[in-house]
This record gives sequence, C-alpha cells and structure tokens, in this order.
Amino acid sequence: MKILVLMKMVPDIVEELEVAGDGTSLDQEYLRFIVNERDDYALEQALLLKDRLQAAVIVVAPEAPEVDDVLHTALAKGADRVIRVSGIAATAGTRSTVSALAATLPGIPGVLPADLVLSGCQAIDDLDGFMAPLLAGALDLPYLGLVSRITVDPGAGTAVVAKEYSGGVMGRFEVALPAFLGVQGCEKPPRYVPIAKVRAAMASGGIEVVAAASGPATTPLEVTAMAKPEATGHAEMLEGSVRDVAEKVADILAARGLL
Amino acid sequence: MAGNVWVVADHWKGTISEATYEVLALGRSLADSLGVRLEAVLLGHGVRGLTASLGTADSVLYVDHPALADATGEQASRALAALASARVPAAILVPTTNVSWDLLGLLPGRLGVPLISFCRDVEAIDGALQVSCLLYGGKMAVTVAAGPGPVVLAVLPGTRSPDSGRSAAVPAVEETSVDLADDSRLRLLEFEEPEAGDVDITKQDVLVAVGRGITVEANIEVAEELASALGGAVCGSRPVIDQGWLPLVRQVGKSGVTVKPRLYVAAGISGAPEHVEGMKDSEVIIAVNTDAGAPIFSVAHYGIVDDATDVLEALAEAVRKRKG
Amino acid sequence: MPDPTASTLLGIPGYVYLWVLTGAVFVLFGRRVYLLVAALARGRAEPRWERLPRRLWNVVVNVAGQRRMFDIPGMGLAHLVIFWTFLFYAAGFAWNLLRGLLPFLPIPYPDEVAWMTVPMELLSVATLVALAGAAIRRYVLKPPRLAQSRDAGLILMLITLLVVTFLVGQGAKAAAEPGPATGSPVGEVIGSWLGGLSSSAAESLFVAMWWVHIVAVLGFLAYVPYSKHLHLLASPFGVLTASLSPGGMPPSSEGAARLEEFTWRELYNGLACAECGRCDRACPAYAGGQALSPKDLIHEVKVMVLGAASRGGGNGNGHGSLIDAVGAEAIWACTTCMACMDRCPVFNEHIPLIVQMRRHLIGQGEVGAGVQDMLMGMTRYGNSFGQSPRNRAKWTRDLGFEVKDARQEPVEYLWFVGDYASFDPRVQEITRAVARVFNRAGLDFGILHEGEQNAGNDVRRLGEEGLFDMLREKNLAALASSQFKAIVTTDPHTYHVLKNEYGLDGRVKHYTEVLAGLISSGRMPVSTNGSAPVTYHDPCYLGRYGGVYEAPRRVLQGLGLRLVEMPRNRSSAFCCGAGGGRIWMEDAAGSGERPAESRVREAAGLQGVGTMVVACPKDLVMFRDALKTTGLEGELRVRDMAELVEDAIGATVRSDT
Repeated sequence: MKILVLMKMVPDIVEELEVAGDGTSLDQEYLRFIVNERDDYALEQALLLKDRLQAAVIVVAPEAPEVDDVLHTALAKGADRVIRVSGIAATAGTRSTVSALAATLPGIPGVLPADLVLSGCQAIDDLDGFMAPLLAGALDLPYLGLVSRITVDPGAGTAVVAKEYSGGVMGRFEVALPAFLGVQGCEKPPRYVPIAKVRAAMASGGIEVVAAASGPATTPLEVTAMAKPEATGHAEMLEGSVRDVAEKVADILAARGLL
Repeated sequence: MAGNVWVVADHWKGTISEATYEVLALGRSLADSLGVRLEAVLLGHGVRGLTASLGTADSVLYVDHPALADATGEQASRALAALASARVPAAILVPTTNVSWDLLGLLPGRLGVPLISFCRDVEAIDGALQVSCLLYGGKMAVTVAAGPGPVVLAVLPGTRSPDSGRSAAVPAVEETSVDLADDSRLRLLEFEEPEAGDVDITKQDVLVAVGRGITVEANIEVAEELASALGGAVCGSRPVIDQGWLPLVRQVGKSGVTVKPRLYVAAGISGAPEHVEGMKDSEVIIAVNTDAGAPIFSVAHYGIVDDATDVLEALAEAVRKRKG
Repeated sequence: MPDPTASTLLGIPGYVYLWVLTGAVFVLFGRRVYLLVAALARGRAEPRWERLPRRLWNVVVNVAGQRRMFDIPGMGLAHLVIFWTFLFYAAGFAWNLLRGLLPFLPIPYPDEVAWMTVPMELLSVATLVALAGAAIRRYVLKPPRLAQSRDAGLILMLITLLVVTFLVGQGAKAAAEPGPATGSPVGEVIGSWLGGLSSSAAESLFVAMWWVHIVAVLGFLAYVPYSKHLHLLASPFGVLTASLSPGGMPPSSEGAARLEEFTWRELYNGLACAECGRCDRACPAYAGGQALSPKDLIHEVKVMVLGAASRGGGNGNGHGSLIDAVGAEAIWACTTCMACMDRCPVFNEHIPLIVQMRRHLIGQGEVGAGVQDMLMGMTRYGNSFGQSPRNRAKWTRDLGFEVKDARQEPVEYLWFVGDYASFDPRVQEITRAVARVFNRAGLDFGILHEGEQNAGNDVRRLGEEGLFDMLREKNLAALASSQFKAIVTTDPHTYHVLKNEYGLDGRVKHYTEVLAGLISSGRMPVSTNGSAPVTYHDPCYLGRYGGVYEAPRRVLQGLGLRLVEMPRNRSSAFCCGAGGGRIWMEDAAGSGERPAESRVREAAGLQGVGTMVVACPKDLVMFRDALKTTGLEGELRVRDMAELVEDAIGATVRSDT
C-alpha cells in the first residue's frame, strides 16, 4: 500500500511578523518558516498506517526555507522517501503551488498512483485556496477534509474515516480508495524523534530533489496592502504581581455579581 | 460587475448556522453598494423550509438533490459550480464553518475562479471589490483587490452580528435543479455524538478555558479549582483536546461548541480565530497569556501578561477567600 | 595443642574432609564468580583505570577507612571494627586452610602466633559490641529503607558465630594448656570460665570450635556469591573503579535497556550494593512519594546480572529490559541531584543508569507531552520557553545602561545568562539586579544576546544527547568568536555543564564566586549593618556537583549577615525538585510532600530566620511557589544573593516592569 503525504512550510508566527518596505508582503529579515501543523498530523497519521499495514510512505514538499529540516525529520520518523520540489516560489500563493505540484507529481517515478494521499486541510497562509482540496481536484481524486481518524482495509480498498463537524460531533465515512484526505487531527499527537536520528538522516542525505514542471498558469491575488491588524478593541491590562492581579480580578468579579 | 451577490446558506441537521446570518448582513451591504441583488443559495435535500429565515436576501436559489443530503463538499461544490457558471454572480460569499469547509476547498478548482479566504470585510469601491483578510493566525491584516470576474469569499465568523442578518421578511424562492452524477466513493455511515459528558459547557455561566499555555496536564487541576470556586466548568482550546487532556465535549471553537457564558477566563490561550469564534460573545472575557501580543487580548475585556497556571492558582485563592 | 586436621572421623583424617569440603566450596564459588564476571563482560566497555594512584588512595580512605559509614552516629565506628575484624579473620582463614590442607608445611597455625591472636581477640570483643549495636539499629530502631531481610539476619548471626567460635576456641586452648597463655589476653579470661573442664575435654572443645568455625566460613564462602553479601567481595573493586568525576555522563551511547547495552561498571553497581538504604533516605523524589527508589533501581540491576549469571551465559539475548523492571515513571522521576551517589558508601553510580535508560526512551520517542513540547521548542528556538530567540535579551531593556554585546567587542567576563534568567518574568528581576550590581562594581561584562542557546545540561540529563551536541556546537561557535577572560553565570546547571562538559574548565565561574571576589577585594564596598539572620540553600549543581560551598557563604559574611545553617546543608542539601528535566514534567498524582515544600518548611523551622537565600534561578522559582502552596508566605522570604548584595550597596531603586 502506498501513502503520499504533502507537506508545506508556513511562516512561523512565534517570531514577530513585520511588513516589508513594499507594504504588501512579509519582511524576510527575521522571517522563519515552520511546517504547517496540520501537515505534521497528516504525516503522523501516515506513519501510524505504515506501522499497521506495512505501507510505504512518500513525503513531498515544495521548496521553502527550512523545508529540508522537515524532510530529514520525516525520514528519521520512518518515511520511506522524501522529495523536495524545487522551483516553486514560496510566496506565489497556494493555487500556483498546487498547479505546479499537480503537473510535477505524475512525472516523479513511483509516486503516483498512490492508494491514499494525505495533507493538512488548512494552513495559516492559505489566502487564495486550501492546498489539499485544490490538489485533490487537480489529481482527480475524491476529497474529504477535516479528517481526524483513519482506518484502512487494504483488502476491500476502502478507508473508514472520522470527519469533524461542530459541537464535538464526528461523521463516520467510508471512502473508496484511491482518495485524498484533508487531515485535521490524528488519534495521537505527532511523535517525538530524537535529534540524533534527524542528524543521522541529514548525514546520509536522502532528499530527492525534483524540478517543478509548470502547470496551467494561475493569476495571483492582487494584495494591495499588508499591515499589523489594529486592535478593534483591546483588553484593559491588569498589572502587578500575581497576587495583586488576582485581587483586582476578584474585585471585578464581585462588582459584576459573579462571586 | 453585472452579476448578483450570492450568499451560500450554511446549514446542518435542520438549522441554518449563525454564521450564515452574519454573512447575509455582509452580503446585503455589499449588494446594496454594488447596486445588485442579494441571492441566498441553499443546497440540500428536503430542506425547503429553511428558506423562510433567509429574508435578508432578495431571493433564495434552492437546489434540491438527494446527493446533497450528506453535506460533503464533493457534490455541493459540483452543484454550486454548475449553478455559478450558468448564472455568473459577481461574488459568492460563504461562511467558514466545518460544514462548508470542503465546499470552500473544492469550489475554486471546479469553478475556475479565485478564492479569497480569511475575509473579515468586503467593500465595493468604484464597482470593484476590496477585501480585508486576516492572515497568519490573525497576525497580519491584508487587503486584496478582487479582479474582474466572479470571486469566492470565505468569510470569517464575527464580521457582523447575526441579528443584523435576520429578517422577518419571507424571501421569494426559486427552486432549480442540477445534474449530479452518482458518486458513491464517499459514503456517510453515521454521525457519532460525543460521549455525553457530565457537563454541557454551553449551559455554564462561568467557564475557565485552558490552552497550550497551561503546559502540562496536571495544571488543569488548578483550572478545575478556580472553576469550582466560581461555580463553573473547565473547557479548552484545540491543542488541549488534541493532547487528550480534555474530552471533545469540552472543546470551544470551530470544531467544538460556541459558548456565551457570563464569564470566560482564557488561560494560556493565544486567541487564534478558530477558538475566538467560539467564545467572542461571552459577557466578560479575562485573558491570561505570557505573550503580550497574543490576539486573545483584542477580544478580551481584561488582560494579564503572566503565567497562566500561576494566575489561575492565585485567582482561585482570592475567590475562595472572598467567598469565605 | 592437637592439630585439628589430624583428628579422625570414621577413621578418615580431618584433612581429607577439609580437602573435600574446600574443593566443593571452591568449585561452587569459582563457578559462580566466573558466571558473574562473564555476565559483566557482556556489558559494554568503559575505561576506569586512569589516575591509578588517586584511585588507590580512594580505596585506602573509603574501604580501609570506611569514611562514608561515619555519616550515621555510632555506625561508622561499629562498621569499621567489624570490617577490620573481618579482614583479620579472612587472613586467618586463608592461613588455616593453607596449613590445614598441607599439613607437611613447616608453618604454625595462626592461633599459635601472637601478632595474629592479640589483634584478633581484641577486635573480636569490639565486634561483639558493634554487632549488638548494629542489631539494635536494624531490629529495634528500624530506620526506613533498611530491610529486616533474611540475608541481613543471616550475616549478623554468622559473624556472631564466627566470633564466638574463635573466642571460645581461644578460651579452650588457654584452659587446656597449663601456665599463662601468650598473646591471648581474652582467651585467658574465657579460659578461666572454662576452668572446670578437663584437659582432654578442653582440647576437644578447641578442635570442635576450629572445625565449626572453618566449616561456617566455607559455607559462607559458598553462599556469598548468591546473596547480598556479594558486596563484601565486590565493593572494594567498585570503589577502585568509581568515577573520579561523579557528576559526569555515561559514555556516548544510544541508551540502554538490556544487559548488553549497559557498561560493565554500570552493571557492577548491582553487585557492590549492600542494600543499606542511604540512597533512598537521601532521595528527594523518593521522599516526595514518587515512583523512584534508588535502592530498588540498583537492586533490579543486581537481579538482572545475577539472573544472567544463573542462566549460565546463554545466547546473549539479554535477560529482559531494565526499563520494564524499574518502570518509566521511576526513571523520569529523578532530579539528578546526586544525593544518592554522594551518600553511597560503596560509591555506586545511580545517575548514569537513569540517564542511559532515558536515552533509550528518548530514542523510542517515549517521552511525555510536556517534555516533548519543550524539546521541540528547544530544537527550534534554542530555549526551553518556546520563544523567539530574539526575545532572549529583552530583559536588558529598562536597565538604564547598555549591556555589552560580547559578540561584537571583547569583554573580561562573558555572562552566560541562561534560559530562566532571561525568559522567566519572575527571574528577570533578579537578572536585572545582577546586571546593576556588576555595573556598579565596574565589572567589564557582556552577554551573547541572541547568540546564546540553552547550555544543554538538563537536555543531556533527559537523555537527548543529539540535541545536547547541537546546542553545544552552537554555543561553542558563539564563544569561539568572542573574546573573554572568564565566563560567569547565575545558573548552577549552566555552570556545571560549561565547566565540565564544554571543555572550558577553570574559566567558568558562578556569580557568587565573582561577588565574593568583588567584596573581598574591596571593589564593591558594602555596608555591613547586620540584620536578621538568614539561611542558605546550597544548589545541587553548585554544591554537590561543583564543590562550591564557601564562596556564597563568604558573600553573606561580607554582607554582614549572620548565617544559620539548614539542618541539611552543604553536601546534604535537599534538592528543590526542578533538576533532571523535572521542571517540565508534571508531578504524579498522589505524591507525598514535594521536595521544595519540604525544604521551605525546613527553613521556616529555623528559629529567628526570616529569609532563605538562594543562588539559582530554578531554586528561586520552586521555593517561591512552595511558599504559596505551603502557606508560609508570611513567615519566610526567599531572596536571591544578588538582591541582598544590591540592598547592601544601596543601589538605585529597582525599576519594575
């Protein structure tokens, strides 16, 4: 059984984000990139299925700063192949990335057709589209998103998945494979892999680099301005030691009859 | 722009979502400034009765098809794409909810039009659209000029009040059909309700919410102490549920529930939009976070920059002392 | 006196029986020892021979001198007496065997030689007293973690038997031989009690006592390698091969769970252990009701090694996992405070075992969520707070003066600030106080700003060697491109790892050492108006690990403060519970008293003392928290050394953020 996992890098918001001089994009000086959190869950889900079904896991990621760390980590966690697609501008937008990936994937030997394709169903930089469903459409695979549990019956060629609705309600779906699932969560959080293993993966190389093929051109969105959001309201900040603050809050609660 | 403004009515289990009314209000002002009609689009099976509450719109396009009963994006996006290519609206506004998620994901590809997501406002300026969005977990505000041609907008919750999108008027309904091929590749088996918890957090007056900033599972005990001192309950944001520290029934936010307690204490919660949409209407919001720039402070009434567990502990102590 | 081995039983001379018995015992003993050594040999190599003269001296002090046994009043002397008696008896036994097995040798028996009998008789009497004391301690006073095991009872009875048979034998000899006995002061006395016996009866008694004694020893010899008394034979070699830098880490490895994955010296701990329970009584995790018992840990090692020896070598599959035997919860409970190793009379090394097993668990990804989050943030951002590295020097704002960037210009002191001192809001106040004090004293210092990464001490103690290597590389690169004479830090964990595991050695100082120097050299005049007495908590990594006890005390003295020592002070100081990564883990449910709470109660219990002085950021955080949870906030204050210094030099009012 073959599982393909698409992962991408997004700006790391632990760092302060600044606007570049042109007023419409992010300042690159201190900008760092981190793996899209939902993609990490997708990888974890793939690895769990690999353990249970002896599946092969192939990870593909578009080029971006710090993506190699993520790919080496994926190898250390147990992925069988990791592939970086070069020549995709990180800031070109999701639709452009999807177009390039859809054109490139068929040309990489041994990647398609996959029985199951997994990717995170949302990302913080998906301004002009969500990568997973767009790519599913481009690859002509049925798509179900917000998936947080997957079990596969390889013999029957189906998977049973849990899809999140609201209020904690889940929908159980039977999905005929091959299919593309947008991952929101997993039965357990992404596993820990010791740094020594990641460094060993780095030392032994192992990232295949493939040049992006060009797909149909897409028009990027016209961003006319980017700025830090003005607080539409701001909290009244309570200062002082923890005890002072607790007393102030107790006063507030008392005044509002909440005690 | 000649086309109308469409609002896709998001519904589930026989109810129109609050978010739909918010987007109707937004759509109304957009349609008015463009000088075009506002049409609500309702996709489903046997839900014609729901059209009655969509009176803010000038009319409702109702598409009934058995394949649309299951609320998955595959068939819904095909139906909507067929409809939109025929009628060419200027803009399709879709409330961003778990139900509409897949529709939003698949529509741009099916329809071949741009999508702009994380929208919190849209204005018409000289007949063109100017869309305001919140990117990167709410850390950057971006303005997008929507080019000529139709565009799909994924609208964040909270852009307008739901009441401003409700109307007593009963709209005209145009029922229309689409051809949808059978597709049994995705089959709904059943819905799983979460285990009936001991506590229904939507009914609590006081909620103490914990997020990542609580650091370890044991610290939830401290939140429990405060909650019980105040006569309320503990709930959590997504990361805490993902870790398994609280059951699903306690999740507040997009995949969880929306709550409106008298008091909401957000401890160690950054304030990502998916959580905020679930609690923003609480009467009093007190937020604690070590990051002074956390988005939660824009939504909270009172803010404290300090360690969540420490503050909860001190607060529990102070409350207990006051209550004697 | 008749030759005991010449008497016959059933017509067969004694020495024949002796040959048979001795042969059988030596085969049993030899085989067992061989299997034990073979089991140890299956462990990994670890060199423990360097600086041999130093090692031999350790043996003199700690084996011949039994130094660590003197921590318990009365027991030191008692054990020393029993030990030396045992040495003489062992020599006597070997001699008896030699003469007994080879009757044609023209040598006397040991009991015929005054320079053997005099010390042996005197020591024997002293031993009887010591044994009585030991028995009272074990069976009447019953200290915790000192078992009333079968083995323990057996050895007390056996030693008593050996002593009694020896003394009675000496008495019988004195009674049988006319005239004053030479070199047998006690024997004479006992002989007078046996005055009623006839000569031949006395001779028979002597022979009987000789045989009972020899057979008892032979039996014991056969039994020793199967019992806890193995430590009698094993511990001196353990002391010889003990680590000369006990705070150090096991050799580089991927961790250990099965026997073959531990080093021979780690396995040896099991054989050397005397099950005295000192480690358990010293352990803060154990006191707090956590799953960890250092004594049980060593016991499981013994079980593993003895088990491997019993199964006769086998096919090297290992004999189960030590991690399963001890339990992951216990393994993570250790704070690495080193109190166990500091107390152990046989110099066992508990912490390397813990770290080896943690390395294995980390390697499997079996680590709790709190630690995992912290490690991932540390890998990415170089600090344990998951914050952007650009925030590291934020504490320097509002200081009122610039702190030099040691990356840009040479400095005399490179101040390696540390995570807690940089990022934790509660500690930042102290860090600013330290900066103001240094500034006031005219110290030429700078920091690495964003170039500093977590020094990695606790990461290493958690078992993440790979991450430690990475942090160390980055820090060494930053240090290499800076110019400085010395490194100073307020954090003892940082101090330990920079000094000992970065190869920086003598260039690393703790801030209390620098402060002590500044005060004593007059560079920082302090007004010494005495105030209320204070007490001081010795940080684990400064005291037990670093041996720095006096510098902080000199600072307090220089400030004119009267120091009242805690009952558990200096190397007996009781850990705050934050080390070994514990500060990122949750307490197991239902624990006893948390170590920090126990410690603040100890401080609060000191008459007239209102302030506990700390010299470590984690101690500050843990103890201030503990004051809240114990409700002692009104009775005791926890203050950092820097705060006291600043008060004393009347520095400008602290600007609080």
